[in-house]
Amino acid sequence: MNINLTLFAQALMFAGFIWVIATKIWPPLLAAIEDRQKKIADGLAAADKAKSELAAADTRVQEEVKAARAKASEIIEKANTQANQMIDKAKDDALAEAARQRAAALAEIDSLSNRAKEELRKQVAALAVSGAERILKREIDGNAHKALLDQLAAEI
Amino acid sequence: MIQLLAAGGEGPKTPTDYINHHLTHLAKDLTPNVSSDTFMAIHLDTMVTSFLLGLLMMFGMWVATRRATAGVPGRWQAFVELVLEFIHGQTKDAYHGTSKLVTPIAITLFCWIIMMNSMDFIPVDFIAKATEAVGLHNWRPVPTADVNATLAMSITVFFLMIGFAIRAKGVGGFIHELFTAPFGPWMAPANLLLNIVELLSKPVSLAMRLFGNMYGGEIVFLLIWMLASAGFVGTLASAVFGLGWGLFHILIVILQAFIFMMLSVVYLSLMEEHH
Repeated sequence: MNINLTLFAQALMFAGFIWVIATKIWPPLLAAIEDRQKKIADGLAAADKAKSELAAADTRVQEEVKAARAKASEIIEKANTQANQMIDKAKDDALAEAARQRAAALAEIDSLSNRAKEELRKQVAALAVSGAERILKREIDGNAHKALLDQLAAEI
Repeated sequence: MIQLLAAGGEGPKTPTDYINHHLTHLAKDLTPNVSSDTFMAIHLDTMVTSFLLGLLMMFGMWVATRRATAGVPGRWQAFVELVLEFIHGQTKDAYHGTSKLVTPIAITLFCWIIMMNSMDFIPVDFIAKATEAVGLHNWRPVPTADVNATLAMSITVFFLMIGFAIRAKGVGGFIHELFTAPFGPWMAPANLLLNIVELLSKPVSLAMRLFGNMYGGEIVFLLIWMLASAGFVGTLASAVFGLGWGLFHILIVILQAFIFMMLSVVYLSLMEEHH
C-alpha cells in the first residue's frame, strides 16, 4: 500500500475515460434510446388510435346496417299496403262492374218484357177486333171505334 | 507446491514468499538510479492493465454506439444499452441536478471498476506464468487491488464534487457554507473542521472500501491457490474452494463497483444541495 505517481497517472486516465464517454459514447446512445422510446410511444399511441377508430367504424357500420334494414322493412311495408290497396280497388271495381252489368241486364229484361207485353196487348187487341169482326160479320168502322178498342187494349 | 511456487520465479520457497511475490507490483521508479518503490515510482502493471481494460470498455461501447439505431437494436447494442440505461436510471434516482456529466461519470466508474475487479477471476498464476514468459516478474493483474488506482478514482470524484459545489453555489457560496453549515456562523471553526473531515472522509472511504475488498479477495485467492501445494487432495480442495470463493467474489466485484458508483453520484448530488 504505497502511494506514488501511479495515483496521478490513474486519475488522469480516469478523467480521460470520463471525457470520452461523456462526449463520444453516451450522447449518441442516449439519443438512440430516447428516439426509440419516442418511436415506441408513438407506435402505442397509433395502435390505440387505430383501435378506437376501428370501434367507431364498427358502430357506424352497425348503425348503417340497422338503418338499411329499417328502410327495407319500410319499403316492404309500403309495397304490401300498396298491393292490398290495389287488390281492394280491383275488387271494388269488379263488384261495381258486376252490379252495373246486372242492372243493365235487368233493365233490358224489363224493357223486353214490357215490349213483349205491349206486343201481346196489341195482338190481343187485334185478335179481339178481328174476333169481333168475325162475330159481327161486318166491317166496323175502325176509326169510329178506335177509342173504344184502345181503351180495351189498355184494360187488358 | 513445486509447480505453483515455480510461478514465483527463482527465489521464493515458502508460502510467505509466494504471497509476497504475488502482492508486489511491477514498478518503474522514475528517480534515476533508484530501484526501490518510492513516491516517484509508477506501477506499470496497474497502469497497463487498467488502461487496456479501459480501452476495451471504450471499444465495446464504441462498437455499440457506432451502429446505434433507434430501430431494433442488435444484441451488443441492446446489452450496452441495458447496462448503461440501468446506470442512467440509478443516477437519475440519486441525482436531481442539471449536470449531464453525472451519468458518464457513473458509467465510467461502474463499467471500469467491474472490469478491473473481474481480473480477479483469472487465476493469478496463469498471469504470472504468462508475464514471466515475456520476462516481466511481479505482475499484479487486479488494478483495483492497488490503492493508487482506487484513490485516483475517488480523488477525481472528490475534485468533481468540489467542482459541482462551486458550479451550484459559486465559489463564495461554497466557502460560505464551509464556515456556516451546519451550526451557523457563530461556530465557524467547528463548522470548518467538521466540513473538512466530512469532505476528506468521502474519497478516502470510497477508495479504501474498494481497495480493501479487492485486496482481501486477492489474498483469499492466494491462500486458496496455496492449498494446491499440499499434493493431489490439496489441489482438488483448492479447486473447490477457488470455485466457491470465485462465485462469491462475483457478487463482491459487482457490488463494490455499484457501491463506488452509487456513493459517488450521491456525493456529487449532496454537494449541489444548499444548506
